[in-house]
Amino acid sequence: MQRLGVFVCHCGSNIAATVDVSKVAEMALKEPGVVHAEDYQYMCSEAGQAKIAEAIKEKNLTGIVVCSCSPRMHEATFRNAAERAGLNPYMVEIANIREHCSWIHKDMKEATEKAVILMRAAIAKVNLNTPLQPGESRVTKRALVIGGGIAGIQTALDIADAGYEVDIVEKTPSIGGRMSQLDKTFPTLDCSACILTPKMVEAAAHEKIQIYTYSEVENVSGFVGDFTVDIRKKARHVDMDKCTGCGLCQEKCPSKKTANEFNRGLNTRSAIYTPFAQAIPNVPVIDCDSCIKFKTGKCGICAKVCQAGAIDYEQQDEIVTQKYGAIVVATGFDTIHLDQYDEYAYSQSKDVITSLELERVMNAAGPTHGHLERLSDGKAPKEMVFIQCVGSRCSDDRGKPYCSKICCMYTAKHAMLIRDKYPDVNVTVFYIDVRTPGKNFDEFYRRAVEQYGVNYIKGQVGKVIPQPNGKLLVQGADLLDNKQILKEADMVVLATAIEPNPDVRKIATMLTASIDTNNFLTEAHAKLRPVESPTAGIFLSGVCQGPKDIPETVAQAGAAAVKAIGLLAKDKLMTNPCTAKSDQLLCNGCSTCANVCPYGAITYEDVEVNDHGIREVRRIAEVNNALCQGCGACTVACPSGAMDLQGFSNRQIIAEVDAICR
Amino acid sequence: MQELVNRAKELLADGTVARVLGWKVGDLPYNPEPAYFENAESLADFVYNGFCGANLSKYMIEASKLEGKTLVFLKPCDTYSFNQLLKEHRVDREKAYIVGVGCKGKLDIEKIRTMGIKGIESIEGAELSDAAEELKIQTIYGEKTCAYKDAMLERCHVCKGKEHQVYDELIGESKETKDADRFAEIERIEAMSPEEKFAFFQNELSKCIRCNACRNVCPACSCRKCVFDSAKFDSEQKANADTFEEKMFHIIRAFHVAGRCTDCGECSRVCPQGIPLHLFNRKFIKDIDELYGEYQAGEDTESKAPLTNFTFDDAEPSIVGKRG
Repeated sequence: MQRLGVFVCHCGSNIAATVDVSKVAEMALKEPGVVHAEDYQYMCSEAGQAKIAEAIKEKNLTGIVVCSCSPRMHEATFRNAAERAGLNPYMVEIANIREHCSWIHKDMKEATEKAVILMRAAIAKVNLNTPLQPGESRVTKRALVIGGGIAGIQTALDIADAGYEVDIVEKTPSIGGRMSQLDKTFPTLDCSACILTPKMVEAAAHEKIQIYTYSEVENVSGFVGDFTVDIRKKARHVDMDKCTGCGLCQEKCPSKKTANEFNRGLNTRSAIYTPFAQAIPNVPVIDCDSCIKFKTGKCGICAKVCQAGAIDYEQQDEIVTQKYGAIVVATGFDTIHLDQYDEYAYSQSKDVITSLELERVMNAAGPTHGHLERLSDGKAPKEMVFIQCVGSRCSDDRGKPYCSKICCMYTAKHAMLIRDKYPDVNVTVFYIDVRTPGKNFDEFYRRAVEQYGVNYIKGQVGKVIPQPNGKLLVQGADLLDNKQILKEADMVVLATAIEPNPDVRKIATMLTASIDTNNFLTEAHAKLRPVESPTAGIFLSGVCQGPKDIPETVAQAGAAAVKAIGLLAKDKLMTNPCTAKSDQLLCNGCSTCANVCPYGAITYEDVEVNDHGIREVRRIAEVNNALCQGCGACTVACPSGAMDLQGFSNRQIIAEVDAICR
Repeated sequence: MQELVNRAKELLADGTVARVLGWKVGDLPYNPEPAYFENAESLADFVYNGFCGANLSKYMIEASKLEGKTLVFLKPCDTYSFNQLLKEHRVDREKAYIVGVGCKGKLDIEKIRTMGIKGIESIEGAELSDAAEELKIQTIYGEKTCAYKDAMLERCHVCKGKEHQVYDELIGESKETKDADRFAEIERIEAMSPEEKFAFFQNELSKCIRCNACRNVCPACSCRKCVFDSAKFDSEQKANADTFEEKMFHIIRAFHVAGRCTDCGECSRVCPQGIPLHLFNRKFIKDIDELYGEYQAGEDTESKAPLTNFTFDDAEPSIVGKRG
């Protein structure tokens, strides 16, 4: 028989205001096995933990239940306290009477009744707990960063500077990411490339950093400290070692009609290409879908003109398998598709563009060589209209419910730059709110209004109508003046909502990292663990976790690096002992568990068993405790109930349900 | 039938197999039963006719543990079960010598009885070799006849096909018997309101006497120890105490075989209460087909089962969705 102690926390008034905590403690004493029960103001405080330790020692407790907040909050605290008092930490159960009870109920009688039930369930479970011992696992001192934008580059640099090996995997032919497409950055207006390219060069030159461009993560197995990752290096068809980056192949390539991704499709590129002049590595790739040689077998001009002999049409994809201790996701964002917003005529007029397209138009290396002109006829615009929140802060399912965060600032930047360079152009901005929380942000916005005379109108645009004369009729509302506005514009710029890179779903699934309804990766704790995924060993850097601007991205990239370094600095990790275990006498050897195991932790062995006197060799499932992460998928898939999760056994869960239904 | 007996004798004589797993005559003309035959003499009792519905695959689990090979006769639909058991490592292919036998649909004595044919003394026309499309039944009330087709088991009207999925040799021609839509009944039930559905299953399952025949015959129900026999849970074998337990037994059973059930129809064939138990399994099969693409358990031994396999394009249906 267990000797159990129950500790009921007031959590100040968080619990005690809605739950009669002394009543809960009193009821605990009526439960089988409970020899000690008390309530206290803050169980997690030093004094509270001392009370637990004292009771464990004095009353020889074999298990304890703490009725308090979520185990996500303080399970580790109480387990450590119990361990210090000589009790196995896995003999501690938490009854969550805060998030699951006091916070969601108002009536004290009802809440108290529920708290007692939750406590009973925890007591029923701990009655069946057995002491468990964690194992140890090694840490591979190498980190993987998925995504080579500013977030990935900064994280990689910070980890590498701490002395650990880092690999960056970037899907496109060059690192640089979205930031490399930007012209100027707010609020200082310095040139994006000027501050980014030195970092790209630094990453490429760093002896601890290995960059895999034009590569994708294909498969991830393993667990914190010991991930095994397959990286697919897509065939560039250009030998990285031989290519000198002279660019002659791109010049001579006869296939020049492919939409240029880097310029958001506003102009075209050759079939063999580097995305932009400062690309790293400065080695082109052949786009097989556009290449005449790959399509027809004839051509081969690039191979003929290449003096280094770097062109290799036979090159195949290559799979690199590497071990990592930590993985940082930095997959960034894209702008949303605008097919749901056709009232703004994006598909109907070339002169309606997104803000990211405007960045390319304003950029000297862009499709118009930096001249502000209409993409339909090349004429200089005189009236420009910016529409804010296109797809952001959307209450229906056409767009995104969240604020994309960067649009107010970049629009102020665009407006200011246009007014500065082309003072004869009138700029009007339609907005819902102007949000400028950030250092020197509001000052920046006010400069646009006060110093540069940008016309801000509070109100949304209902429709943009292309006119026969080539102009765009903008129909909007001025909410402050309470009047309809009809305005003829030469160009309309849409502050298009951003969304996580669509590939993130696949990557999150491979990493078993959770994502929210908007496909942003979820952090382990919204406030206290913002750069860690709930999946151990996975860290989050940049917009993959939520919308943010460059300074915030760089700050978070550094934070993610610190968390990864903290992990890599350890030689060994304690493993969770709550792993699956197969009952040899019940196991059918059917392989269902091995089929569903995401960690490859289950193998089969022919074992001689003694089943009530019958000796025979049976095919039995064996769980590798170092690989098992305790997810429990096998326990529910097992048809015969042979698989059980230690610490969460079927019996324990049924005992909890029984206690609740009693 | 004599061809099967002769071949069995040959294989026993040349030592290819140590025993034969087949059917022997029962105490009545329409209830042959599964049996082992250890030697040529005992094969005198061997029978193979329209009433040999019993799927012998499951017996191969125990036969795989015996010395030497076992000759097993499998009808086309039985081979799906054998394959599924192979996939789950429950039978040993090396221990089985499979003779695929022809089939022209198996008979349901209950259907004959519901036609008012009672007091049966003998039945003619049930042999595979009989060309007639009619059964001639001698009863104590005189000779009766019925169309072979009208006496067929439900499962034969939705036959998966006359091809054997796994065999060492084939004896006898099979016939196409499919003349109905496999999922028609499921669609009819899906169209019911939740109340009607509940009433339908309550009515059917209330007939259950917990004889466990459905479980014991099911080739997918092959756990060493069934949860319903395990003292670990409060579900240890017992009569249904209330309507909840009636439903619990059958729903848990259906879930345990979901994605592995080959729809062999043995559960419904053996149910002494005539409960259409296959409907549960067939609903799962229909949902799997619709959500994850057509899948037939036991068609092969290599493909990944949709319910225990993960792909990035997997549907994620909600539990309470609109799937009826």
